[in-house]
Amino acid sequence: MNALNRHRALTTIWGSPQGWRGTATSVNHSDIGRRFIVAAFAFFAIGGVLAMLMRAQLATPGSAFVGPEIYNQLFTMHGSIMMFLFAIPMFEGLALYLLPKMLGSRDMAFPRLSAYGWWCYLFGGTILIVSLALGVAPDSGWFMYTPLSSKAYTPGINADVWLLGITFVEISAVAAAIEITVSILKVRAPGMRLDRMPLLAWYLLVTALMMIAAFPPLILASMLLEVERAFGWPFFDPDRGGSPLLWQHLFWLFGHPEVYIIFLPAAGVVSTVLPVMARTRILGYGWIVAALLALAFLSFGLWVHHMFTTGIPHMALGFFSAASALVAVPTALQIFAWLGTLWNGRPELKLPMLYLLGFFLIFVLGGLTGVMLAMVPFDWQAHDTYFVVAHLHYVLIGGFVFPMLAGAYYWLPHFTGRARVPKLGEAAFWLIFVGFNVTFFLMHLTGLLGMPRRIYTYPEEMGWTWLNLLSSVGSFAMAFGFALFAIDVALQIFMSRRSRRNPWGGSTLEWAMPIPASAYNFASQPHIEDRDPLATDPELGLRLARGEGYLAEARHGRRETMAVDITTGAVDHVVVLPGNTRLPIITAAVTGSFFLCLLFGFYWLALVPVAGVIALGWRWAWTLGWQEDLGRVSIRPGETALTHRETAGAPGWWGSVFLLVSDATLLGSLLFGYAFLWVVASNWPPPELIGGGIFIGLVAALSALAGTALTRRATSASKAGSTASASRAASAAMGAQAVVIAALMSVGITELPVPGSHAYAAICWTLLLYAAVHALIALLCAAFIRARVVSGHVSGTRTLEASVAQLFGDYAGAATLIVLLCVLAPAVLS
Amino acid sequence: MLYRLRVTITALAVGGCSGPLSTLDTAGPAAASIATLWWAMLAGAAVLTFLVMTLLALAFVRRPWRRAGGTSLWIGWLGVAMPTTILIALLGFALTLGERIIARPVPGVVTVEATGHQWYWDFRQPGANGAIETRDVLHIPAGRPVDVRIFSADVIHSFWVPRLAGKMDAIPGHLNVLRIEADWPGEFEGRSAEFSGAGYAGHRFRVIAHDEADWAAFQLGGRP
Repeated sequence: MNALNRHRALTTIWGSPQGWRGTATSVNHSDIGRRFIVAAFAFFAIGGVLAMLMRAQLATPGSAFVGPEIYNQLFTMHGSIMMFLFAIPMFEGLALYLLPKMLGSRDMAFPRLSAYGWWCYLFGGTILIVSLALGVAPDSGWFMYTPLSSKAYTPGINADVWLLGITFVEISAVAAAIEITVSILKVRAPGMRLDRMPLLAWYLLVTALMMIAAFPPLILASMLLEVERAFGWPFFDPDRGGSPLLWQHLFWLFGHPEVYIIFLPAAGVVSTVLPVMARTRILGYGWIVAALLALAFLSFGLWVHHMFTTGIPHMALGFFSAASALVAVPTALQIFAWLGTLWNGRPELKLPMLYLLGFFLIFVLGGLTGVMLAMVPFDWQAHDTYFVVAHLHYVLIGGFVFPMLAGAYYWLPHFTGRARVPKLGEAAFWLIFVGFNVTFFLMHLTGLLGMPRRIYTYPEEMGWTWLNLLSSVGSFAMAFGFALFAIDVALQIFMSRRSRRNPWGGSTLEWAMPIPASAYNFASQPHIEDRDPLATDPELGLRLARGEGYLAEARHGRRETMAVDITTGAVDHVVVLPGNTRLPIITAAVTGSFFLCLLFGFYWLALVPVAGVIALGWRWAWTLGWQEDLGRVSIRPGETALTHRETAGAPGWWGSVFLLVSDATLLGSLLFGYAFLWVVASNWPPPELIGGGIFIGLVAALSALAGTALTRRATSASKAGSTASASRAASAAMGAQAVVIAALMSVGITELPVPGSHAYAAICWTLLLYAAVHALIALLCAAFIRARVVSGHVSGTRTLEASVAQLFGDYAGAATLIVLLCVLAPAVLS
Repeated sequence: MLYRLRVTITALAVGGCSGPLSTLDTAGPAAASIATLWWAMLAGAAVLTFLVMTLLALAFVRRPWRRAGGTSLWIGWLGVAMPTTILIALLGFALTLGERIIARPVPGVVTVEATGHQWYWDFRQPGANGAIETRDVLHIPAGRPVDVRIFSADVIHSFWVPRLAGKMDAIPGHLNVLRIEADWPGEFEGRSAEFSGAGYAGHRFRVIAHDEADWAAFQLGGRP
């Protein structure tokens, strides 16, 4: 087969249909990645317009341009859009588009999940923007502090839009995090050991792992607050045993790692682009990876620095202050590694480098003000003033937007296949750079002169007038810069001349292909010997196109890509990926209708989409797999490997593991809330509310153990090939899980007070419901395995689904036992 | 040394950093200590920025010497050792400074209660003839430490008089205490520093610090 025929055959397999059908069904990572990037930029523009409106309002004292009702929506939506609809999705888009190309792979591990995440993001973002257009957008601040955001003080739909819309969008973030993690760990080109991965993959891996742990606290907090608003369960109401501080802890437990989740991918772009611009290799690869791990670890220990003024004892604050300051060390390490790289190389002042220089100045200043704010006494003054506004924009625009702009100019030829138009990019840079500094540098002083954030107007005599006017002027210059950037990109896409391959002389694999990239990325997958494959072998792209790599044969219409051992990168198996399908868009639409039902208060109706999601999830899993063994397939002349359903440790299994890790973090956050209220609130739990329930609790615990054991029995029987006993054990497991659900509910009904009466009852009920939902999931998994054993999809060799079901069965059992232990603890102790 | 620094700072404050809510135009010991911390950190930050920018600029200069240094210089010394040393020193300085500011029992403390409402402040303190209640104006004696016991009646607010001290949140269901002190008699602007909804921009109050005679009159129920 020659290169052209191979290209045609692979395009038939990997490509998407033209027109609307392709839009709705494509699961290709390049398509989805591009959509994320374009949509994120559109949301960035909307958030930017909101910022312009705010700057117009603040340009003069006592302005009557907008009133507080509108202004409060403006800053709430500006923050929420930039965080949740711009920054996170932008990096997700970049990761989806680039990762498989940089890892020498053909797609991500779970293409349908990428598509599902994309539609959830689009639909959730649309809900938020529509609410803005209708004037009922969230208006309690992007941090949504209770009790301001609770029903008593925000009676309208505004807060619900935030809680439900953002949670809907978060689904896509968690989906992307799991997908990125598993893709990096498993779906790489053979030979790519962990320490041969491009640095950006390390950055994205750490980021994704952080997201897996950081988003559940926010999702939990949003659910609790929505339940408080909708049904009056008083988690955050101090009059009924709750605490407003619980919200702050959960929110910042997410909110601080979030800052690094945004910064790290951009820092990864710096570490990728900067060495190419300096015509050298990065200095201190291993040190940088160590710094990333340190950053990820530390970033979970400093959420309290957003709460220095809430009355926490000073010595306790000292601990979080130290952690907040020390997080500057791994950051400084990277800064100096980049500087050393520049010194070791011969840097050229090309356009991406110009944006990197802007990044250096702005980000260093933002980092230094960050250290200042980490000092408790200074924070007592600067907290919630414009000093913080200045700091966070220096960090986020300096640390995210500037590197992303550098990355945009660096990779745009890869997206478009074209060279850029001269000069416009430089003009945009100077407008953005000067405009940014005029806007935000002055805000440090505005804040020190006492201007608080989030006020819609201020009196003349405060002495903030000229500072605000200059900031507003600067912000409009910056906006023109971004508009110019957009024009520049449009010109490049539609008008510019074609670019040559690898225009910058990069050494990473994404340049080892024709640009723009084909749907399948690589006509055959490379074998990786070192960190800079293209520097070692500049002809690699041509050799791969000629089919001199892995999986050069386009066969049976299957989308095949290699999976490797996590650490050594040795060939592990062949992953057969699902093709284009409407399932993701339909499932996302049904998921969205669930959130809409809640938003408009149709709580019983919401059960319909829940059933719909279950049915679609069933179909999602059912449409994959085979009823016969594929056996060993050829991967290269003389080499064979098994396919993923016939080996242990397939991506699906790892994905389930990380999903459950995320789920366990959610349970952990809930238990943190339980312990927090127990410790902080007085007379908690109130002795008169504590019931018994030991007996029925024991029934639930024993059934949970039985359910887990029976699921294990079913999976081991199916692996042993004994269909009848596997099916019997699965049926029994379903029965046991049903008993668990009934027993858990009866513990609640007979032994707990009504959840609306006290936070203790509310949080115990939440724990019970959590366990019951997981028992239901385990029940469905057992039912699925039973059906698949009967239909012949699960066998002694095709064990993937059985091992996944076992994971969920084990987790449900463990969760039920932990929940029962906590719910019954007061009864046992009293 | 510290005294001379303070004098310099005051001079600077007069030239451009003044304002009714300025944290740099200080009129109390806590605010003054924090302003000192700020000027020290500003100086340090300026030096570090200059260092990084110089190194960055030199990378683009064609150097006759080709010794660029390896990981031990760039990462070991500059990336890890230098920031760690600076941060530990700064943390120690800030922590001791914070310990001096927080409300500790000292003789002569005046205690007042402040309750945040949407969108006003109620103050309550003992007087010669029973409790004195005021709204949006807090009366304190100059030159004496005052402990403000901070409550909230509805949502979260924050009590802040920037020229006297840092801020402290008013959280429903929690009691927080903030130590403030005015060095001399006068009127000082205060405001809430936690977003609280539609009336937040106007959520302001005043602190009036009295000299001894006025304070005595105030406690007897007079309104000087």
